[in-house]
Amino acid sequence: MALYSEKVMDHFRNPRNVGVLEDANGIGEVGNAKCGDIMKMYLRIEDDVVQDVKFETFGCGSAIASSSMATELIKGQPVSEVRKLTNKAVAEALDGLPDYKMHCSVLAEEAIQSALEDYQRRTGKKVE
Amino acid sequence: MIYADNAATTKMSPAAIETMLSLMENSWGNPSSLYAHGQNAKEVLEQARCDIAHAIGAEPREIIFTSGGSEADNQAILSAAENGKKAGKTHIVSSAFEHHAVLHTLNKLKKEGFEVTLLDVHENGLIVPEEVNAAIREDTCLVTIMYANNEIGTIQPIREIAAVCRQRGVPFHTDAVQAVGHIPLSAAEEGIDMLSASAHKFHGPKGVGFLYARKGIRLASLIEGGAQERGRRAGTENVPGIAAMAVALKEACANLKQNAEHLTSMRDRLILGLRQIPHSALNGDPQRRLPGNVNFCFEGIEGESLLLLLDDKGIQASSGSACTSGSLDPSHVLLAIGRVHDVAHGSLRLSLGEDVTAAQVDEMIRAVREVVDYLRGFSPIWRDLMSGKKQFIL
Ligand SMILES: Cc1ncc(COP(=O)(O)O)c(C=O)c1O
Repeated sequence: MALYSEKVMDHFRNPRNVGVLEDANGIGEVGNAKCGDIMKMYLRIEDDVVQDVKFETFGCGSAIASSSMATELIKGQPVSEVRKLTNKAVAEALDGLPDYKMHCSVLAEEAIQSALEDYQRRTGKKVE
Repeated sequence: MIYADNAATTKMSPAAIETMLSLMENSWGNPSSLYAHGQNAKEVLEQARCDIAHAIGAEPREIIFTSGGSEADNQAILSAAENGKKAGKTHIVSSAFEHHAVLHTLNKLKKEGFEVTLLDVHENGLIVPEEVNAAIREDTCLVTIMYANNEIGTIQPIREIAAVCRQRGVPFHTDAVQAVGHIPLSAAEEGIDMLSASAHKFHGPKGVGFLYARKGIRLASLIEGGAQERGRRAGTENVPGIAAMAVALKEACANLKQNAEHLTSMRDRLILGLRQIPHSALNGDPQRRLPGNVNFCFEGIEGESLLLLLDDKGIQASSGSACTSGSLDPSHVLLAIGRVHDVAHGSLRLSLGEDVTAAQVDEMIRAVREVVDYLRGFSPIWRDLMSGKKQFIL
């Protein structure tokens, strides 16, 4: 039995939307190096839609896969939907994570919400 | 495939497998039975005891068979604690980077009122014998220091530590699970009172090990029942496993010198290659370490993702990152030598096997470099380090 599902390994081996978004208007960074996980999300939001998203992650396989999956789930979505993204949705989309790795999906959710808050701060717009 | 996790376990030697199979088929009697079939098994058992005693510079009656290194550690420590308690001595000296088989046993004793002093292992992963001397008190009933560390491979000055203990009249135990069969070792001559070993670390089977206890050291029995092992470990003996352990150990000792020479040169080649990776550091003393042990920290990356990608490239290794231990903290060994959490998460242990080739070492260097570069490429920590927002530690 493998530690991770095929989906997790796929997103870990071939992470989607990896890198930096130079023209991001919402950036969120969560986690800390002490615990071994840091996620940084870059969002480009226009007309209340996530036009582009990229991530950088320092962390284990499931942290990288969770970030990657989360970016796929929100790309092209209206911010009102992105607001509702939960860690459970990320974990489910990955066909599940081992129990002790669920915090990786939590981190992905938090990174995105933190980037949304940054966007609201910068633009003064309210995301409902 | 390159198996570079020999500190976790080793592949069984063909001779040991052959011995096991043959005994299971032909010598399955109970060594405690009086008829010939049982007595044959008894003979096999006692021959194994002689061979093992010979291999570690002890006498056969000083060897007792156990289910492995963990049991031997438990028995040694709990025995010394019991003996100590009877004499009103309830203080134990050990080190911060022992295996959990030792540390958890000590924690259990702490709950029973024992006091434990864990010595500093310093940046190079070495215990200073004078500090052992300074830590010993009137009421010290045991000093237990591992022979070689399982993560960073550092080899302790055991002879000197044993001499200190002998002089102060305190029993000395060493967890030699990583040392036996890999480096020259002589229990009696080095003044060791108790020593633990495990067969699966020297190409023997899993679930078998032994405890050496010098004549005169009273052992408590952890497992009650029959009178096997002269009343110190009940249970019908695992004859095939024990005989296979003896065969594996004899083999390891016969080839020890040439294996160690080859491994040391491969180890140093690997260390030299990995040192070229910027912002990396070798963990543990570069010379006073096991011939096959290489352990590095790479700043800006996390160990589990490193292991997974190396596995994809056919290299099996291990890491001291929290994610691989299933806990929130990285390896207590790396923290004990002063690595901070951030850096300890990015550790890699490559423990080489005797058949490793220079070409494989070069392949490992290439693969590690590639994977580290790749992971750093999208690590927010690495970005902050490169932009000067954060200071490099390594
Ligand atoms: C230093 C050390 N002590 C004890 C043990 C435990 O040995 P075993 O697995 O045989 O119980 C190990 C192996 O994991 C070890 O490396």
